[in-house]
Amino acid sequence: MSTLGTSGTGASGATAVGTSSTGTLSQAGSRTTSLGGFDASAPLLQVSDLNVHFPTEDGAVHAVRGVDYTLRSGEVLGIVGESGSGKSVTSLAVMGLLPGSARVTGSVRYRGQELLGQSDRSMSRVRGKGVSMIFQDPMTSLDPVYRVGYQIEETLRIHDKSLSSKAAEARAVELLELVGIPNAGERVRSYPHEFSGGMRQRVVIAIAMANQPEVIIADEPTTALDVTVQAQILEVLQTALQETGAAMVLITHDLGVVAGFADRVLVMYAGRPVEVGSVEDIYYEPRMPYTLGLLGSLPRLDSSTKERLTPILGAPPSLLNMPPGCPFAPRCPLHIAACDEAEPPLLQVGGGHEAACIRTAEVAKAHGHAADVFSVTGADTEPAGTARSADLTTTEESRETGAPGTPPGDQTEPGAGTTTGRTGSVVSPEPRPTNGDRA
Amino acid sequence: MTAPTTDRAADGADPRGEPILSVRGLEKHFPIKGGGLIKRTVGAVRAVDGVDLDLYPGEVLGLVGESGCGKSTTGRAILNLQPATAGSVVFQGREIVGLGRKEMRPLRRDIQLVFQDPYASLNPRLPVFDIVAEPLIIHGLTKDDDELRSRVRELVETVGLNPEHTNRYPAEFSGGQRQRIGIARALALQPKVLVLDEPVSALDVSIQAGVINLLEDLKDSLGLSYLFIAHDLSVVRHISDRVAVMYLGRIIEIAEQEELFNRPVHPYTQALLSAIPLPDPRRERARQRIIISGDVPSPANPPSGCRFRTRCQKFANVLTDGQRELCMTEDPKLETRGTGHLNACHYAEATAVL
Repeated sequence: MSTLGTSGTGASGATAVGTSSTGTLSQAGSRTTSLGGFDASAPLLQVSDLNVHFPTEDGAVHAVRGVDYTLRSGEVLGIVGESGSGKSVTSLAVMGLLPGSARVTGSVRYRGQELLGQSDRSMSRVRGKGVSMIFQDPMTSLDPVYRVGYQIEETLRIHDKSLSSKAAEARAVELLELVGIPNAGERVRSYPHEFSGGMRQRVVIAIAMANQPEVIIADEPTTALDVTVQAQILEVLQTALQETGAAMVLITHDLGVVAGFADRVLVMYAGRPVEVGSVEDIYYEPRMPYTLGLLGSLPRLDSSTKERLTPILGAPPSLLNMPPGCPFAPRCPLHIAACDEAEPPLLQVGGGHEAACIRTAEVAKAHGHAADVFSVTGADTEPAGTARSADLTTTEESRETGAPGTPPGDQTEPGAGTTTGRTGSVVSPEPRPTNGDRA
Repeated sequence: MTAPTTDRAADGADPRGEPILSVRGLEKHFPIKGGGLIKRTVGAVRAVDGVDLDLYPGEVLGLVGESGCGKSTTGRAILNLQPATAGSVVFQGREIVGLGRKEMRPLRRDIQLVFQDPYASLNPRLPVFDIVAEPLIIHGLTKDDDELRSRVRELVETVGLNPEHTNRYPAEFSGGQRQRIGIARALALQPKVLVLDEPVSALDVSIQAGVINLLEDLKDSLGLSYLFIAHDLSVVRHISDRVAVMYLGRIIEIAEQEELFNRPVHPYTQALLSAIPLPDPRRERARQRIIISGDVPSPANPPSGCRFRTRCQKFANVLTDGQRELCMTEDPKLETRGTGHLNACHYAEATAVL
């Protein structure tokens, strides 16, 4: 079980959420066992050959292409990848939350029972109680028209019909205390808009842990938050794991969060896992060039050396009509002809460490130093989607300094609607100064 | 009005020469209107509330802070895109605050902005050529079409894009490539200063690295100065020579990059640095974390005295009641306080947190 660098020293961390969450769950430790009909001895969560297609006008987008993983009890599995790599779609498929148009194949077993293809009604028994979910955006994952207390009570009472409304409210207060909401007794009657982003995410976590689930899937739980608030929420997540004893699938693009929180890491690229291993394997001895490149492209907070970053050239492939071969090949500096023949499966490269690459021996030589493998050129000349790095040309020549005596701006009036530097809607509308402006 | 303190106070005579951009007591307040029939101003959001900073030629000054701290508004006010409420911005010896749009135009050749969102800041209906050519045409910098074409081609190559692709539309480019187009547009007028407002936040890390490398190359080859506004301290450390940390509309600490990251003295800077997870499992798990409670207070009604005191771990746990009195009553000025660099904490003290 991983522990985040526990909150500060006694002195500095005393104001941390850890201390404000004095409450404990009355049912803690005595989980009301697994759901009926589920085999407690079977693996907790087993995803095999999961595929998701979304039909579009241009053809089927193959968003998830054969995801396999097994979640062990008590562990935190980090799923990392860039936008569009299929990490969120994978978890939505597990929860049965994809739109009806999506075609989902493969298998998702929770405690031995298949979840794919179940009716929404029977999935509702599992959601929240067996597997619960924390969403990215706390601004939209709570219902704005209900009080937060009601939303917590609702989850409780769906899974325990005999719970009286009084008992449910007491539990809701207890849960809010646990996630570090001050004055929980009063705040339980607040609406989501009365909370800040960090506080809302605490409420979402309270809902996710309300029924003592065995698995919590957290999809970018801190991405929408500021970094000081993120540190608070990661503490709360740690509390949630301790209180519920749940295992967690933590989906994020932040390699820092995963480094501190996860036990095992699954790296996704173009809808597939490309490397799986312990957190140490992945960070110190990556075997897939993509993982290596990802780590090399991160600027480091803890290093003042002005080493060049090693970007990965090009862009991820379109998931529409994927060509055969390794999907990373067009961006890969170790690309050889054999890479285009077939997509490599996950190959064992060490104990519990697998990588989908036929050139892992070459990657191993770098020992995590991306600059040994990747070039640090600044160009990005390939059109999006159809990258092929073979014919990349470096266009880094410095711009010749133009004649200093360029004629002073003629002040030609710009054509209607073309105001330079203002084309972007990023500029918020200017406030209209009024007489009372400086009051 | 804040007294003009400069970092020159810290190290005596300044070897960097005269600043190219000098900001003093910059304020930008947004009025809050009442809900009645007649909209009366009932208060003000003090988004930027007395910012002092200097940018020297060839320097990258990082401006960091959490959302709502006023860093972007500072950037916009410096460019006069949102007129400042008070204060002064001197660019190349000329006061910008109070200038009208027409008077600003010649100055805009020398100071340009790169926006955060490469999806929203490029006109989707214009091909890349027109986007990059627009500033050249507006300022009448090219004699004829041939010169315009070769100049655009050169700019597009400079930012590492294929000049063959200038007839394409922004939608045909990836996020990183679009940001490069935005940079090419900003470079078109050969500016001396670029204000970069979260230029890489919208990009995935593998793409972000390429844009950061490009910005570093351009700075060296073209002799640019950057005001680099970002919330990601890792990126800021990588690219900046000096770093200023903002909190609730004020700069609370400013120092050379090494100094700020290795010896932060303001409790907020310490908490901020300590909150950022490191992508290194062993180091990350061995760290002591300072976690500050609560959220940023409303800039419409900032706390009395020191603005950070409501969340300050030092105020809450270390200081005596007598010492707290000062935090509650007196607003700490940006001074060195014997720490070697400017900070706004009455009880500034260096602590290593990384």
